[in-house]
Amino acid sequence: MNGIAPLETLREPALKAYRAMELARAFDNKISALYKGGKIMGGVFLGRGHEAIAASQGVFLTQGKDCYAPFIREMAGHFAWGDSILDAARSYFGSVEGITRGRDGNVHWGKPHLGNPAPISHLGSGGAVIAGMMLAKRLRGESGSVGVICSGDGTTSTGAFHEAANLIAVEKLPIVSVITNNQFAYSTPNSQEFACESLNDRGKGYGMRTHECDGRNFLDTLSCMQRAIAAARAGEGPQWVLAHTLRACGHGEHDDAAYIPSELKEDYQQHNAFITGSQQLQEQGWMSAEEIEQQRRECIDDVQAQITLAQREASPNPNNEDWQAYSYIPQS
Amino acid sequence: MSVTYIDAIHQAMSELLEQDPSVFLYGQDIAGNFGGAFKATKGLHTRFPERVINSPISEDAMIGLGMGAALAGMKPIVEMQFADFSSIALNQFANNCASHYYRTGQSVNITLRLPCGGTAGGGPFHSQSLEALFAHFPGLHVFCPASVADAYQMLKDAVSIPDPVVFMEHKYLYRWLKAESWQSSEALPPHKARIARSGRHATIITYSAMLPECLRAADELAASSGYEIEVLDLRCIKPLDSDSILASVARTGRVLVVSEDFPYGGVAAEVIALIASEGLHLLDAPPMRLNSKDCPIPQHPKLWAAHRPSAESILPSLRYLLSL
Repeated sequence: MNGIAPLETLREPALKAYRAMELARAFDNKISALYKGGKIMGGVFLGRGHEAIAASQGVFLTQGKDCYAPFIREMAGHFAWGDSILDAARSYFGSVEGITRGRDGNVHWGKPHLGNPAPISHLGSGGAVIAGMMLAKRLRGESGSVGVICSGDGTTSTGAFHEAANLIAVEKLPIVSVITNNQFAYSTPNSQEFACESLNDRGKGYGMRTHECDGRNFLDTLSCMQRAIAAARAGEGPQWVLAHTLRACGHGEHDDAAYIPSELKEDYQQHNAFITGSQQLQEQGWMSAEEIEQQRRECIDDVQAQITLAQREASPNPNNEDWQAYSYIPQS
Repeated sequence: MSVTYIDAIHQAMSELLEQDPSVFLYGQDIAGNFGGAFKATKGLHTRFPERVINSPISEDAMIGLGMGAALAGMKPIVEMQFADFSSIALNQFANNCASHYYRTGQSVNITLRLPCGGTAGGGPFHSQSLEALFAHFPGLHVFCPASVADAYQMLKDAVSIPDPVVFMEHKYLYRWLKAESWQSSEALPPHKARIARSGRHATIITYSAMLPECLRAADELAASSGYEIEVLDLRCIKPLDSDSILASVARTGRVLVVSEDFPYGGVAAEVIALIASEGLHLLDAPPMRLNSKDCPIPQHPKLWAAHRPSAESILPSLRYLLSL
């Protein structure tokens, strides 16, 4: 904590963010169990280790005003930004009531009309899309909005990421590019992914103001994201946030992550954002241990109920599918 | 008054910017006094300084930006300097934009302008005709105008269509093709093929800069041998106007498809597959195709002229088709 923002201004976002983290944890646990029980087809991607970073983005953003490109490990960000558990669950089960209706699945959903593009699998492709959304606001004379883009350490190696970062800097768009260094791009460690000393060097190279936080320290992360998002919103140009953590799971649930050294895994168990967050909320007097525990149970129950609901909804029927890739169909 | 194909493109963009505040242009070197690699946007930045925007040399991000702006309600027209460089942007256009409507129910109103096709001295990387590459992906409309009027009207149509449209504008036609006006009395929807020349002995199906070559070959054959060749200008290669294709084949019973793109999996291959599967009974002879060679496009004008189809190579193909 560097004390720039008075701690009290973090109270409300902290409470909201921590709840989003609990929801994401409960959601990840449940989805993982269902995957292992053979109840989910296709990939399952968890956000373990990313919760505080993601939630700290969502709480400072407003749907319909700001733009947000969470990626595959930002479920806590989705919840903090206002998406429902049902939205997320429907995508995993291909519910016809969901956004993608089985046409895409797992974490590939969004609400583009509210500023959240539905991602594709190609890493780095979302940055330029957020840039376009923010440029549209500029062209229409709308100010005061901000865009947040989520990328991992591996994503920073792609050409698409570089092109978008450079473009955002050149256009001085009000965007925060958050790099979550979770130490592994699938199985590839940082040493084989980039050779600069810090990924913040890249941000500086683009001409962005850089910030850095320990993604396992709840309030440090929240405060860092608050500063970066406020600066972009205030017209101080694009911001770059490097958040450190460990991906405390496999790339997907099909991956046992045996390549992550056990010391790192053990260290994560002792030092993670749930532990620091719980302590900090209590230290600040914002929540008691009992309230935290009660909230945890409530989140598990909410997740259980909403996932059950999604599971009961109809799955797509190929006979009713229109197979239509065009919204405009020429008349013959 | 005489206007060129590129004048028509300029005029369409000028009117679009004038009439619709959600239209903006994005591309390399298009702003300022420069006006783009081929000057299609010259003067537009002065009139619309906020909506004619220079991009960095970042084809992927250019399309990504256009997509985001479209999702936010704008109608971007993104200009690549050469169609050849669109391969770098293929992911954003073919995966991100093209699949978006099916995935989410929200269409992406983006127009991608691609200066395409060969010119003398263009070489392997400033000459390609990549329409089949884009047409391969579901969700994209692919326009290939071959007349001044189509260059004007189909660009306006492209922007009015809420889906992603690839607008393939042929560089050879830019200043070579002229007309009295960019306006035409013949109001044809963009997805409809046009009978550019009526005939009864055989059909040539073609588009873009191959159209004038095919017309020349047909005229020469009529003059020398009296055969009347129908020439169908596809105008739009995705979705294909299968009705017009099959109707023309039904009239003549013989078909040659001429396309400047590479042969393998190209537009001609697709058209012939359509005819073979849906109109085999209409044919009196096997369907033929003539493409550029299955070889990179050479730089030297003599090699280039021999690499692509021309009236000189179309004529013997036609004679052979008529002999079968």
